[in-house]
Parts: sequence; C-alpha cells; structure tokens
Amino acid sequence: MSNHAIALRDATKTFPHRAGGTFTAIRDVTLEVAAGEFVTVVGPTGCGKSTTLSLVSGLEPATHGSVEVNGAPVQGIPDGVGYMFQTDAVLPWKTVLDNVAIGLRYRGQGKAQANARARDWINRVGLSGFEDRYPHQLSGGMRKRVAMAQTLITEPSVLLMDEPFGALDVQTRELMQDELLGLWSGSGAAVVFVTHDLTEAIALADRVVVMTAGPATVKDIVPVDLPRPRKVEEIRLTEAFIDLYRRVWDSLREEVEITRARGASSVA
Amino acid sequence: MSLDNSAAAAELDTRAVPPKSLGRRSKRGSRGPRGRATVYGVRLLLVVLWLGSWELSARTFMNPFLYSMPSRIWDKLVTWFTDGTSQGTIWINIWVTLEEAAGGFVLGVLAGVVLGVLLGRSVFFADVLAPFIKAANAIPRIVLAALFVIWFGLGMQSKIATAFVLVFFAVFFNAFQGAREVDKTLIDNARILGAGRWALMRTIVLPSATSWILASMHVAFGFALIGAVVGEFTGADRGMGLLIQQAQGNFDAAGVYAGMVVVTVVALLAEFLIGQLEKRLTSWRPQNDSTSAAGA
Repeated sequence: MSNHAIALRDATKTFPHRAGGTFTAIRDVTLEVAAGEFVTVVGPTGCGKSTTLSLVSGLEPATHGSVEVNGAPVQGIPDGVGYMFQTDAVLPWKTVLDNVAIGLRYRGQGKAQANARARDWINRVGLSGFEDRYPHQLSGGMRKRVAMAQTLITEPSVLLMDEPFGALDVQTRELMQDELLGLWSGSGAAVVFVTHDLTEAIALADRVVVMTAGPATVKDIVPVDLPRPRKVEEIRLTEAFIDLYRRVWDSLREEVEITRARGASSVA
Repeated sequence: MSLDNSAAAAELDTRAVPPKSLGRRSKRGSRGPRGRATVYGVRLLLVVLWLGSWELSARTFMNPFLYSMPSRIWDKLVTWFTDGTSQGTIWINIWVTLEEAAGGFVLGVLAGVVLGVLLGRSVFFADVLAPFIKAANAIPRIVLAALFVIWFGLGMQSKIATAFVLVFFAVFFNAFQGAREVDKTLIDNARILGAGRWALMRTIVLPSATSWILASMHVAFGFALIGAVVGEFTGADRGMGLLIQQAQGNFDAAGVYAGMVVVTVVALLAEFLIGQLEKRLTSWRPQNDSTSAAGA
C-alpha cells in the first residue's frame, strides 16, 4: 500500500552502552518521504539525526518499529540508496576518475563503460580536467564534488545526506547547495538531508523535520512552500523565508536549550 | 569502531610498528644544500674517527687476534672477492643467503598479510586466536632454526623456514593493526556503493592497511636475513652464515667482521629497494610525506 520512497514507523534504535545497559539514539520516529521530495532534518547536536539515516540505509538495523524503502522492508542495504557522509569518504588512493567510477565497478560494469559515465559525472559536477588528480590534491569543496558525483552516478532513488557541506566555508557551501538542487531537480530522487544549519535546511527543503533532544523523535514538520527553482543566496533574504526561519527556530530552540542544560550538568 | 573493540584483540595491537606517516612526523625537508654537505661531512668524520681509533688501538695495546682491525677486515674482504672463499666464490654464498632470505620474506609477508587482514576484520577469530598468537610470538623463534634443520635438512628449506617465522610475526601484527584501523566511513561508503565482501577487502581494507604493512616490511627483511644467517649457522653447506661460522671456528675475527659487512651491505640494498616499492605504492599520498620518509 505504501507508495512512499521512505517510510519509518515507530522506529527506535538502541545501542549497547559501554557501562552495560543501553543508550537510545532515536525513539518512535515516524516519517514518510515521497518520491521526488526533499526533506531536511534539523535537531540539537548529537540527538540522533545520523542514526535515522543509518536505519534507512540499512547500515544499522532498527531495534523496534519498521523501516521501508521503496515499499520493501529494509534488510541489508536496499537497492537505489545513495549516502553522502559528513566526513570525507572518497578513497585517498584512487584518482578522481576511479573514485567516481567505483560504484559502477562494484555493480559489475565494465571499466570502459564505467569510466565513460564517470567522465560525464565529473563534467556535471564541474571537475573536468581533474580526472587524474588524487583527493589530497583537491580543495575541500572539490572533494565534496567528487563525493557527490560518486554517490549520484549510481542514480539513487533515495538519497541520504549527513551534513555533507558542514565542513565547507560559507561561500563554497552555498555554491554546493545550488549545485545539489540543480542535480537533484528532475532526478525524481527522495532526499533526506541532515543539517544543523537552519538556513540550509529551509533553502533546500520541501519540508523541514525538527527533531527533539536525544533520544530523538519527530517534534515538528514545517512545510516549505517557497517556489522552485531556488537560488540559495537570494531566497534567504525574502520575507517568506525569514518567517519560516522564525517558525523552525521557535520549535528547535527548546530542544537546543534542553541539550545545553544537559551538557552543562554533565560538565559540572 | 569502539563497539567492536574486544580486549583480546586490543592486546595484539601493541606489537605493531606504526607506519612512518602515523608515527614519527619529523619534518626536516627545509635544509639548504650547505647544511646537507655539513651533515655528510660530520658523518664521514665520525666513520674516520671510529675506524681510525680502532686501527690505532689494535696496532698499539689491543690484541688484534681477538678484536681484529679494519685493515685486516679489508684484506679479508679483498681475498673473498678476488680469490673466493673456502665454500666457492663469495657471490655464490651471497646469492644463497639472499635466496633463502627472499624466500622466507615473500612467504612470510604473504602469510602475514593474509592472516593479519583476515583476523583484523574478524572480531570473533581475533578473540579466539589471540592467546595462541601471543604465545607463538613469545617463543624465542630463532631457536626453531635448530628444529628446522632436523626437519628439512641442511639445504635451503630449513633457512627459508627460519626466515619465514621471523618475518611472519612482524608483518602479521602490522597487517592486523592496519586492517583494524580502516576508517569506518570508507567501509560504509563502499558498502552503500555496492561493494561485496571481496571487493571491500581488495579496494578498501588492503589499500588502507598498506602503509602499516609497508612499515613492517622494512623491519621484516632485516629479520629474514637474520633468519637465513642464523639458519646457516646451525647447519648448512653454503651461505654467509656458514662463512661467519667457519671464521669463528678458525678464531678468524676478521672473517666474522667481513661476513657482517657483506650481510649489512646486502640488507641496506634490500632496504633501499623496499623504500622504492613503498614510494610507488603510496604515490597517492601528499608529496611532503614521502620525501620526509626518504630522508629518514
């Protein structure tokens, strides 16, 4: 019955604690994402946003509740999932070309064909001419482009992004956000994008999901009805955007304060 | 990563030699050509002082019969290289020792890498085997040379076996550590991109562990030579170890030293070749790293 690209129902994830006992990362998370929808997730630091992504990607099984991708329960890594990690996940010992082509090679494509498509994607993310460079010879922003091409070349129908631009400077980040929107539009992919940057969350999303302080659960979902196509640096100055910002921040502020209070008490 | 940290496996880590890029991070690339010349000058001076004082002491108050002296060692080397040794030409003896060392080295590296990487990726087997491996490592393995001569006879196999057991553990502990240190994000990323078990090993784990494995190979070839020479000591019909042992039997201190010199030169040449291999295999690394490694 489900025609959602992603459906989490009462998903809970607990980890065994070092001292014995368990640690609950997320609790009773229910969230549905339609095909072609762009959802961003914001929440206090360390609240379990990334755990949600790892459940959807199949890297971690849910402890309770159900997780479905493209209508099928998640067991192992589902077909059609792409994941961009917070930290650099490009292989330092492979050239840009080999890094981008590797997903196709893993999926059994021949070298010539994989390389041809990799060149096309390198071109699309604006890295033509850098095919033979190694990652350490590139800037942080360029490495993110490699990671983006590496993920998108597999044409995921579900794209998970865990603060992918967190480590970039503001200008580069906005540029990457625009490029991501450009590459995503028309791809039909469902995107779940975790971030702690509210501007980024609102500028990219169809809906912003606000999570509570850990154990995280869905607190609030704010629809973003700003017209597309969007230009990130222009859209953030509009009245509608500022209203949305206030709305999301009001919701998030309480949770951030809870998290801060906990941090303060554990330090004291 | 912290979740799969098992105590027994962690104990095995302590034996590993960290790779240069992780261990010492000495940056001393920026020295002018004049500074370089001074360094070589002082080095040369040290060698001259050392050999000179030795020669002088042996000619005055030290007994050269027991302690020998540089000029006699030199004469011995010249004799070996021109007239040959009691066991055929010096080249044949070097070649035999080198073959034994290389045989043990190659087999030891292969076995060490395969087992180290497999155990490094399997928490269960690492747990099960940890005490056995610790015990095997604690055995004074060089003594096995005596046993190997009984098992395999005076020929090459017994020396290859001795070199093998020495090399294996050096490489094993590093491969094990290297396989455990693989960045979890790289593994997750590859799995999402569609990598199966074997592809994961080949494209992620092995390349990640390479710097650890290469670091151990520097030490390991030295061990292989030691294994071969000691093996020949124990019983052989050819090789540098046999030459040294015969010199000892004849109270020929100069012969012992001369054998040491030859083995040392061979070890340095091998070290250089491994350095070249390392450079090639790690060409993807930032350039300043590899130059500081070459200078060390």
